[in-house]
Amino acid sequence: MMRTLLAAMCAILLSGPVFALQPPSAQSEYVPAAPGASTEQLPAGPLLVAAYAFVWVAAMGYVWTIGRRLTKVEDDIRTLERKAGKASR
Amino acid sequence: MKRMFAPLVVVVALLFVGAPYLIAQAPIESTMGLVQKIFYFHVPSWMAMYTAIAVCGVGSAMFLFRGNKAADAYAVAGAEVAVLFGMMGLVSGPLWGRKAWGVWWVWDPRLTSALLMELIFIAYLLVRKYGGPGSEKLAAATGLFGAATSPFVYKSVDIWRSQHPKTSVVPALLKGSMAGSEIPFMVSAFAFVLFATLLLMLRTTLAKRQAALDALYLEYEE
Repeated sequence: MMRTLLAAMCAILLSGPVFALQPPSAQSEYVPAAPGASTEQLPAGPLLVAAYAFVWVAAMGYVWTIGRRLTKVEDDIRTLERKAGKASR
Repeated sequence: MKRMFAPLVVVVALLFVGAPYLIAQAPIESTMGLVQKIFYFHVPSWMAMYTAIAVCGVGSAMFLFRGNKAADAYAVAGAEVAVLFGMMGLVSGPLWGRKAWGVWWVWDPRLTSALLMELIFIAYLLVRKYGGPGSEKLAAATGLFGAATSPFVYKSVDIWRSQHPKTSVVPALLKGSMAGSEIPFMVSAFAFVLFATLLLMLRTTLAKRQAALDALYLEYEE
């Protein structure tokens, strides 16, 4: 009985730091800034532009690779069909 | 499907042109300031990724359990598009975090699980490319596993204590927690999901043509 009680106490005491070391709870909703309030310390413009530019470049780059691969596959199919046509004759 | 393609391109182009203007007009958030506007394409890129993951998961299951080869074309398209949009999310997120948290990256449950999910779909593509004959089935199992992990990634911010904003941010925003930001967000989200659909259609066409080429090679060799 004593041992169980001691073990339970140890478990409670040891779990304390685990809960204490948790990060603060996250933001659950956004709140608009008061008009005229100062909101910027680190310039956000370059970060915003970089994120948007990356999205555009990645999207356009991917569309380009699909176009390139599709052209190559169609060329290969045409070449093979021509070869197969000659071989059958 | 082919008849839908041209109108879809026009709609996506219009939305992508209109979205930046609407995002610029959206209100500035109180604690994060201008950088919060990354949210308008960070969250939609994850929505597009989840769309692609759903396609990959269903396609993989149909190929694995029913041997449907057309479904395999959808699965590979889903995996590739999921990697693309996941990369957009993983790049735009740290750019936001640098300003909002003061660091580029933290090993937080959401960030870590999202990175792992991206790696699973990269593994899918690597298995298909370098796995040799029969790797399609192994890749399909990987795709199915990746799709099964996605709900946990989404709910990770609610299950574990995380620095990342909770899933309630989007419903709260749509209910008007930040008046004027609903329309820009919805337009952006719609544009991304529609764009992902277009890319899925294109990539599926490529996968089907590649399968036709492989069949032709086999026929020619015989």
